[in-house]
Amino acid sequence: MGRSPAADSRRAYGEPGLLGDSWRTYRMVAGMWIRSTMTYRSSFALTLATSFCVTFFDFVVILLMFGQVRGLGGFSFAEVALLYGTAGTSFGIADLTMGSLQKMGKRIRDGSLDTFLMRPAPLLAQVAADKFALRRFGRIAQGLMVLVWGLLLVDVAWTPLKALLLPVTVACGAVIFGAVMVLGASTQFWLQDAAEVTNSFTYGGNTLLQYPPTIFAQELVRGVVYVVPLAFVSWLPALYVLGRPAPAGVPGWAAFASPLVAAVCCGAAGLAWRAGIRSYRSTGS
Amino acid sequence: MPPFIELDALEKTFTVRRRAGLLRREKREVRAVDGISFGVEKGEMVGYIGPNGAGKSTTIKMLTGILTPSGGRLRVAGVDPARERTRLARRIGVVFGQRTTLWWDLPLKDSYRLAHRMYRIPDDRYERNLARCVDLLDLGELLDVPVRQLSLGQRMRGDIAAALLHDPEVLYLDEPTIGLDVVSKARVRDFLRELNATRGTTVLLTTHDLTDIEQLCSRVMVIDHGRLMYDGDLAGLHAVGESERLLMVDLERELPPITDVPGARFVRAEGPRQWLAFPATTSAAPLVAAVAARHPLLDLSVREPDIEAVIAKMYGGTRDERRESLM
Repeated sequence: MGRSPAADSRRAYGEPGLLGDSWRTYRMVAGMWIRSTMTYRSSFALTLATSFCVTFFDFVVILLMFGQVRGLGGFSFAEVALLYGTAGTSFGIADLTMGSLQKMGKRIRDGSLDTFLMRPAPLLAQVAADKFALRRFGRIAQGLMVLVWGLLLVDVAWTPLKALLLPVTVACGAVIFGAVMVLGASTQFWLQDAAEVTNSFTYGGNTLLQYPPTIFAQELVRGVVYVVPLAFVSWLPALYVLGRPAPAGVPGWAAFASPLVAAVCCGAAGLAWRAGIRSYRSTGS
Repeated sequence: MPPFIELDALEKTFTVRRRAGLLRREKREVRAVDGISFGVEKGEMVGYIGPNGAGKSTTIKMLTGILTPSGGRLRVAGVDPARERTRLARRIGVVFGQRTTLWWDLPLKDSYRLAHRMYRIPDDRYERNLARCVDLLDLGELLDVPVRQLSLGQRMRGDIAAALLHDPEVLYLDEPTIGLDVVSKARVRDFLRELNATRGTTVLLTTHDLTDIEQLCSRVMVIDHGRLMYDGDLAGLHAVGESERLLMVDLERELPPITDVPGARFVRAEGPRQWLAFPATTSAAPLVAAVAARHPLLDLSVREPDIEAVIAKMYGGTRDERRESLM
């Protein structure tokens, strides 16, 4: 007892668990979308270039600003680049892999979610890989470029711990952004037009994290640390790397809490997703 | 042995919230499926019909496990669909007439390859099933064509093939012939008949086209307002619904209404053309002979009753009663 018949059948078929199954499904569906995009090659090249330009000009704006002022909220240009780069890369990865979740409301409204539910594959993987767009790589490339730039210019006494913290931060950041996207998609099971609310957390959070916390109001910073734990995406770890105090009275060890926060976010997102599906399947809308 | 598909007092209730006034919201319970019971044996081909909003799609969604029933019992192949949706998905095939599951921008065969992998179909079985579908549905020249370039009929054939590659034991078809021309309709019907005859696939189809039922289904179920109103053969439906066929006759000249033919009821006249109604359960031949014997007949045609009219007539009474009880 205790084992679900579904799990038994999975074993009988010699299949991997939910995670392996999701990854397999994701790869299959994403692969189909890449092939679909490639049927319009020039259009793909054009959107890729546009996407890169748009994000790049974001950074040019900061460049221009630093031409006029010495620093931003007490942060030098290189330090801002580091913040911008870590947040931007994390967000880019999450946006590439999970960005399609924004479209959940539309999927529910036009009934295509039902088609997904009829397939013998995990729903979240199907929805996340839906409309998979390689052009979103532009965002990651841009984030990485700025990050490398910042690393080359920044004046930091590097220790092994700091060197390790940086890639871990980027990875955990991507997971946290991804979890927030799943959470947002889950709410669309109930509120079908709430995509913009989620976007304000993900896209808005990304923009917030690209600048030093010192330039924002304390209340806002507290909200980002304690309410929506986006600060763990880049602020807290990056500030540690830069040897600066954490904002809003956060203890020093918080800089290393990103993996924990990421795990908690995933758990919450998973629960919300399950609740969402259950609600959808009982209400049909 | 219990039936392959078994519904016992199946219910689905939705709560509809409606805006009533500026801030006030009104909650109302809608019984989309209101206690339906039936059993379908393996290898049966059943038509599931009813007006729009009668609860057909809701039933199909519960049968596929997408929706959880609010009451009653449901088993498909011995399994509770809502609890084992993913497992059941390998054993059922679904085709929506109005929505394609094929990949719009990719060649048709790419959609089949995805099904191959997603349903984990063993290679030899996949090859065999694909070859069979390609042969019977005449898809050979379409495999390399992007789906967006296919005609509606071609796409429907493509969709049906996609739903059958994993050898489902039961096939749900929602309006499989909607929007198709006569030739495409005939082709789809031929294929479904052949599939049912040779593979023993259980088929449940919803349709508005009575010809689909006539040519395919030995059994028809009518659902209205979430209740099963009729379950039996098509002839029985006509008898119960007192449905009438319409005989149109062109006479040599304008004549008084034909009222002297037993079994026929004069409907209307337009110059030399007259319309006579007669029960759908009787044959048209003696009627035509009787008219021809008594009147100068030039030409004639017979129109079959349409499903909406049959159902409307059949349950007009009950429908009014229900409406009153709602008020």
